[in-house]
Amino acid sequence: MLVTQASFAAALLAPDLPCPAGLRAWNGSDPGARLAVYRNNVVSSLIDAVADTFPVVQELVGEEFFRAMASLFVRQHPPRSRVLAHYGTEFADFVDGFAPARAVPYLADVARLERARVLAHHAADAGALTAGMLGEAMSSGEDLGALKLVCHPSTSVVVSAYAIVSLWAAHQGDGDLSAVDPTLPESALVVRAVLNVLVLRLPPGAARFVIALQVGAGLADAAALAAAETADFDLPNVLALLMSHGALTSVQISRSRSQ
Amino acid sequence: MSTLSTAIAHRAKRAVPAAPKVRTEAGLPARAGVGLKPQHFRDVLEARPDIGFFEVHAENYMVDGGPLHHFLGLVREHYPLSLHGVGLSIGAEGSLDEAHLDRLDALIKRYQPVSFSEHLAWSSHGEVFLNDLLPLPYDQATLNRVCHHVDRVQERLQRRMLLENPSTYLEFEASTMDEAAFISEVIRRTGCGLLLDVNNVHVSCTNHSRDAVGYIGGLPLHAVGEIHLAGFATDHDAAGAPLLIDSHGAPVDEAVWGLYAAVLARTGATPTLLERDNDVPSLATLLAEAQRAEDLMCASSEPKRCGIYRGCS
Repeated sequence: MLVTQASFAAALLAPDLPCPAGLRAWNGSDPGARLAVYRNNVVSSLIDAVADTFPVVQELVGEEFFRAMASLFVRQHPPRSRVLAHYGTEFADFVDGFAPARAVPYLADVARLERARVLAHHAADAGALTAGMLGEAMSSGEDLGALKLVCHPSTSVVVSAYAIVSLWAAHQGDGDLSAVDPTLPESALVVRAVLNVLVLRLPPGAARFVIALQVGAGLADAAALAAAETADFDLPNVLALLMSHGALTSVQISRSRSQ
Repeated sequence: MSTLSTAIAHRAKRAVPAAPKVRTEAGLPARAGVGLKPQHFRDVLEARPDIGFFEVHAENYMVDGGPLHHFLGLVREHYPLSLHGVGLSIGAEGSLDEAHLDRLDALIKRYQPVSFSEHLAWSSHGEVFLNDLLPLPYDQATLNRVCHHVDRVQERLQRRMLLENPSTYLEFEASTMDEAAFISEVIRRTGCGLLLDVNNVHVSCTNHSRDAVGYIGGLPLHAVGEIHLAGFATDHDAAGAPLLIDSHGAPVDEAVWGLYAAVLARTGATPTLLERDNDVPSLATLLAEAQRAEDLMCASSEPKRCGIYRGCS
């Protein structure tokens, strides 16, 4: 009896499937008990990988609940990459749709924040834009509308209807968790400053501004979008915040404003 | 050479800063090494322990940038590196993942490891990566396929690879040869080297009621380029027979140390990695295990073959 890798792989991820025929043990004992070692290796190691990426999600729901939720996730969404740093992209959406987790409405957004941290950790290296470089570009006589700011590869924004930055920070021992009102909306800036990944609470309009930059909007257009969202948008303050944490790498002159 | 002059010549070599290579081909120094773990990066760079080499899992470094590359680059300036793949899936029924080979090639060009090794196992099926080293039937079709894949790896990476013997928990009715014969044939046909994982020998031989010494005797020991030592966990099968699990989460077992000494008696001093991937202890604890391996190498070796001068007398 030939055991195909397709049937073996299917049995690993589906605990209800019988042990494939064609496997044996030297003492004639049930090969299913031995297959269980592989089943456990696969599922446990993947749950561990998910737990490594989402430690605050685990703290929020407890280890037992988390591992039960993650075991369903790894069976429904096994890795498509051999590089486990890439694993977990679908986890936040999975949590969003996981009915037993609905009692913690901010759980999926905390997962998005933690996933963004791992991506930032491994993102490409790049230099940081300084205030001097930006000032030089702004005083070069170019139309301000032609200036484009390039974000650092590690930079990302997580927008939430919940206080995800305060919740996350409290789980790092920074702030009192019981004092956090989770229903206050917060947007997070995630960026790696040289070696350390930072999570910062963004001021009003800043999330809209950074997201616009990331999809290619020019400086003036991005600022206009942010200002349209909130009258509290403070461009100099936001630029200073982004530059001081290395979230921008360069300024480019774009000849076409429509780009 | 008299015993006295041997001792003098030996002592004089203590001043040599870098351990010489015992094997004539380019390879790891015949010393002990440990796995390089992120939690030990700063300790390694500050203390610069006297250790033969560091080993990393290739897939952990297949990321664009950040601290992993930063620290591996710094450590590589001071130590030989062994690149150990865990995701190539050489035993897969499907063809090798050429994009993964490209990523390995890029890592090898960047870090210039002195050794590259992978496993006699499969870990991916179709697009799905199963994150475990899964077993193979030892039959002619599998042998042909594994040899073809090893040939392709060596051609693409332009170097000889080492193939590691696996820990297994099951056997296949379809197998027509034993594992040592299978591995010997892969090595004979492809010219690859052997990464002899002595813990895996102990685990698999216990799990399948084989004689570990006989198993080792059936391998082409001249092809051993590296040895792995690790710890295991103990479970039982459905009949209550011991079922050892390759956990990489415990100190090396005394039975494995004994088997290692028996291997060294046959091979002489050989590059040896202490593997610990789970419940990783302090760097000092790993270095103490590495020291024990070096002590056994010294005890097993003619002085001229020993790459270790610390503790040899």
